[in-house]
Formats: sequence, structure tokens, C-alpha cells
Amino acid sequence: MLSIKDLTVSVDTKTILKGLTLDVPAGEVHAIMGPNGAGKSTLGYALAGRPNYQIKGGSVTFNGEDLMDKDVHERAAAGLYLSFQYPLEIPGVPALTFLRTALNAQRKLRGEAEMSAPDFLKRVREVAKTLKIDMDMLKRPLNVGFSGGEKKRMEVLQMTLLEPKFLILDETDSGLDIDALKVVSDGVNALRAPDRGMLVITHYQRLLDHIKPDRVHVLVAGRIVRSGGPELALELEANGYDRYVGEAA
Amino acid sequence: MAAVKETIDTVAKLETYEHGFVTDIAMEFAPKGLNADIVRFISAKKNEPEWMLEMRLAAYERWLTMEEPDWAKVHYQKVDYQDLYFYAAPKKKDGPKSLDEIDPELLRTYEKLGIPLREQEVLAGVVGAPKYAVDAVFDSVSVITTFKDELKKSGVIFCAISEALREYPDLVRQYLGSVVPVSDNYFAALNAAVFSDGSFVYVPPGVRCPMELSTYFRINAENTGQFERTLIIADKGAYVSYLEGCTAPQRDENQLHAAVVELVALDEAEIKYSTVQNWYPGDAEGKGGIYNFVTKRADCRGVRSKVSWTQVETGSAVTWKYPSCILRGDDSVGEFYSIAVTNGAQQADTGTKMIHLGKNTRSRIISKGVSAGKSSNTYRGLVSAHAKATGARNFTQCDSLLIGKTCAAHTVPYVESDTAKAQFEHEATTTRLSEDQLFYAMQRGLSQEEAVALLVNGFVRDVLQELPMEFAVEAQKLVAISLEGSVG
Repeated sequence: MLSIKDLTVSVDTKTILKGLTLDVPAGEVHAIMGPNGAGKSTLGYALAGRPNYQIKGGSVTFNGEDLMDKDVHERAAAGLYLSFQYPLEIPGVPALTFLRTALNAQRKLRGEAEMSAPDFLKRVREVAKTLKIDMDMLKRPLNVGFSGGEKKRMEVLQMTLLEPKFLILDETDSGLDIDALKVVSDGVNALRAPDRGMLVITHYQRLLDHIKPDRVHVLVAGRIVRSGGPELALELEANGYDRYVGEAA
Repeated sequence: MAAVKETIDTVAKLETYEHGFVTDIAMEFAPKGLNADIVRFISAKKNEPEWMLEMRLAAYERWLTMEEPDWAKVHYQKVDYQDLYFYAAPKKKDGPKSLDEIDPELLRTYEKLGIPLREQEVLAGVVGAPKYAVDAVFDSVSVITTFKDELKKSGVIFCAISEALREYPDLVRQYLGSVVPVSDNYFAALNAAVFSDGSFVYVPPGVRCPMELSTYFRINAENTGQFERTLIIADKGAYVSYLEGCTAPQRDENQLHAAVVELVALDEAEIKYSTVQNWYPGDAEGKGGIYNFVTKRADCRGVRSKVSWTQVETGSAVTWKYPSCILRGDDSVGEFYSIAVTNGAQQADTGTKMIHLGKNTRSRIISKGVSAGKSSNTYRGLVSAHAKATGARNFTQCDSLLIGKTCAAHTVPYVESDTAKAQFEHEATTTRLSEDQLFYAMQRGLSQEEAVALLVNGFVRDVLQELPMEFAVEAQKLVAISLEGSVG
């Protein structure tokens, strides 16, 4: 589904990813773990097409298509969703307006009919209920004055409504207490499907107790240095990244 | 790739100003230039009462002694007043005005602009759609006013000011120049001398005007200045909501628009005045476009009277405009809600004055400036309290949004108080349109243009909400169109 080969990415003049190779087949959840500064977030941003993240080498295909050839919003419409570590506040734009605009923009790009306002509201109500989001909150400007937990729940609400084919979760557990972590991971787990892939970027093993990965990759200094099953995450939790940092250096 | 993008941007810009067409129509002009005879010519054309001509001539004499103001943060090629036409009117037969007598070319112009001049067209709209009456001003004259008869039934007078001068001379004489005296400023004096048309509204005591009133101004002729004069009087306990819209053809030379608007609110009266200003802004390098030098002022003369100015300013090459309120009556209220969008080489210096004279007067200012391209956007405002204005209160919020790295935003607030018993608050912010927010919105599926439009509309939302519903949507689109091609 998502195939990354020898990806080299630099920001300003600094090379962050140095020939990263990774395959995530449809239906699987892969975790990327690594120390601070290894390039975990950079991977998410580069895949989503953030400006100033320059692709210096390698390739990324998504369902057989060249992903890097597409603009940011085209990647989104193709089904790529990046859940932000720090979701942005959008003053003056009610969450509902933002969501509906985004949903219909994607549908338009894919040549689908727009979703009508009543259908949209019905769908939002269902999803909001499972995520314990109050509808009144959705009338407020998106993320403005929301707590960390509320912002992350909004991210899950968005991904559930937009129904992407591939999810990248960037440090989704940061800033969450235990209860919020449970709601958010339940929301993400509900999206696991045979035709959907996920890349879970995290620093700690904690999140992986809730969202169980099929594969775990260790990212150090811009490269995947070790891949394994879920047990790799436990080993990292016990022994830390030092060993791999040493190897990479 | 870069060349392709450039072409796309250029085409997008060409299509940005959709009102840039010219109407080919038989016109009558006064000779070029300005002198006392031109003033007499205009007055004679309008069959005005003698006192009006005297007022014009006095204003002209006064204007000769005045100098063009240079304190605003705008730079432009000064106007050559001897190279301008001060009067241009579509040729027409004399006699009562009806749609049948209007040049079909003119009707098509308004059709193209989406302005309903046929009353049945307004009625033929969606069931339950609110009616609104229109006064259409083309260059120097009003060509038609709709729904006049229906308004008259409730006692509301809505007509061209030239007509009001003939039909209701005493009423006009009582109020004209009482809010903006001829000597007020350079452009107001010029306007008083040569104004040719504009709208007149009188709402009698206790009457709530049954529909929105609106005037659409169109500058069409070349080398012609437009000097309209609007006078609105809300008598005791009356209410009226009025909207003005403006467009002009795309021309290489600059054109002057120097209007004066006077509002008078008597005891417990309320006037809501909204503007959607979309004069041709000139091209990206600053060639052409309208000079919009306008004096707008409201006199809250009566106790508990209220005036709200709402403006959406997206057009004009240079804007110099400060819709103000004189809060004379005790407990009177003044409001100013403004969205000023500048792109390309546009320059705007706009804001308001809230002059607190009466006791417990209140005012509120919300200004949202959006600058893009190489434009400059200045908020300039004065809040003052007279010694007698005890209990006066003002709240001011000025927010500026910058798009790109070559535009500028300035905030110049003046606050003066002669009483210790006034309470003034001022808040201001300046932010750049955030790359992170744009990326976030685009990651959710919005194109760059859609993302900019969404974020900017969020920024100006507080003010858009003050517009009459049917115009808010139009204004929202206008803001988005004005900023097309402003990023990347």
C-alpha cells in the first residue's frame, strides 16, 4: 500500500532522513519508534508534503502511484491522513464548517458528489457520540481554547469522517491522560480495516498497549535500523535506544 | 513548472475583477475642468433651488483656499482637477423616469452586475426572500430608484438627492451639510461644490423601514470623477438599514471618487449603514484604479440613538475613509465594523472617529485588516471624550493579518479624553497568515486558495456577522476573490 524506498529528506540545509526504506501493506499497523531528533515527525510531514521538506532522493508510492508528485491536498484526497502532534487552532472557523469544507473539497477532487448538510450532520453526530465530543464544541472555532485531549479527539473525529485509506499518527499519545488515551485509541482501533494501513509514530511504548502494531521499526538518525514484531517495542521500553544510537553513529 | 504557475496566476488575476467591463452608451458631459461656471452648470442641470447653488459656490470658494491632505499613509499621483470631467450623465429624454425610458444598454449593465432594477425581478426570487429597494447611480446621475411607491406608503422617502432637492427642499436644507460642513476637509468641500447625485432617505418618526435600502454606484465614463452625496435622516424612534455597493470598469488611468455621506439619527432612532466597496483596484503594479476619498459621518443627535457602520473594503487603488460617529445625544451608541482587504499595490488608510459628547455614550470598534501582495493597510482611528461625556465607554479591537512578506499593516489609534469618567479600551494584534495553519487545512483536503479563503474568512468573521444576511455571503466571496493568487 505505502512503499518508501531510500527516502532522503532535508529541511533548510539539514538532511534529516537518510535513505529510509519502509513498506506498509494494506490492513497492517506499523509503529515507528525512535529517540528525539531521529526524524520521526519529519517522515510524517514529508509524506504529507509539507512545504520546505525537500525530497533529495528516493521514492514513495501509494497504491502504486507516485505520492511525491502530488500537492498536499491531492495527497489528502488520495486518502493520506496525518494526525498532528500539535493540532493547529483555526480562529473564526467553526469545527463543523472546517470539517464539511474539507470533506467536500476531498470529494470534489475525487469527482464525487458533495455530501448534503443534513447527511453530514447526521454522520457527525454519530461519530461525535462515540468519541464523547459535545456537539456544542463543534460549533466553536476548531481547536481554539481546546484542551490537549480535546484536540486529539478532534483529530480522531476528523479521520473517522474523512475515511482516509492510510493514517499517519504523529505522537498521538502526547498530552493525553489515561482516560483520553483510551477514547482516542478506541477511535483509532475502530478504523482498523483490511484495506487501510496505519503508521503510528511514537516515542513511548505506552500507546502501543492500546493500538497494537503488526510491525515495529526503530528509526535512528534518519534510517530504519531494526524491524521486528510487537516484542521489539517492549525490548526498547526495557533497554532504551542507546544501543541503536551507538550502532547508527 | 514555474512558468506554468506564473501563467495561471496571471490569468487568475485578470479574471479577479469581474466588474471591469465598460458600457458603451451615449453620454452627456460638462466641459473638462473645474471653475465657478461648471458648478453653476451642474446646479442648473439639476434645476436646483437658489440656496443650493449658493452653498455650492461657497464650497467652491472655500475649496480653492484649501490643500489636499497629506497626513494619510498613502502615496499617489495627485489629481489634475482641470483634466477631469465633473459631470457625466447617460443621455435621456426629459420627463418621468420609468424603466422603459432607460437605455437598454444601461439595464444590461446592471443585469451583468446582478442588481435588480425591475421590482418584479426582486419579487420573482425565492419565496420569502427579503425585498430590497435599489437606487442606481451611474456616473453622475441616479438612473432609477425601485420600490419608491411602496416605501412611500409607510412614509419613507427614498430617492435621488437631486430629486429630493426639488421635491423636499426644506427637509434637505435643514440637514444637508449639518453633519459634514462644506469647510470640513478638502474632499468634502470639493464634493459640496460639484456633487451631482446620490441617495436621500427620510424615515418618519416611529417608522421601521419595511425593507433594506441600497444604492449601487457605478463609475463608467473615462476621466470622470464621481461625487455622490448621500443624506439619511432617521426621525425619532425610526429604524433603517442601508447598503451601498460600488464597482467601476478596469482602466489604466486613476479615477477619483470623492463622496460625502451624512447620517442623522434623532431621539431613539437607529441607522445601520453597510458598505461593500469593490471599486476597480488597479493592476498588480499599481496602474489604474479608483482613488476613494470619502467623508462619512453620522450625528447621533438624539438621546439613545444608534448608528452602526459596517464596511467591507476590497477595491480601490487608494482608500482614504473614516466613517465616524458624533455621539451627541445622551446614551447614544456608535459602532464601526470594518474589513479592509488590500492586495497587489493597493493602499488603504481607513478607520473611524468616535466623538463622545453626551453622557453615558458608548462606542465599539472592530477593525480587521488583511494585507497581501505589495499593499499597505493602515487603521487610523480617534476615540475622544468631551469634558461633559461622563460615563463614556469605548472598546476598540484592531486586528491585522499579513499574507506574504512584502505587504504592510499599520495601526494608528488616537485616544483623547477630557474627563476622568470615561473608560476606553484598546486591543490590537498583528499576525501573519500562518504556514502551519495553511498546511494543516491543506492536509485535510483544501487547495491553497481554498485554505487561504477559509482562514481569512475566519479572521474577519466577527465583522461579516454584522452585515445583512443576504450580503454577508456575497462579501465572503468577495474577500476570497480579492485575495486570489496572494500566496505562493
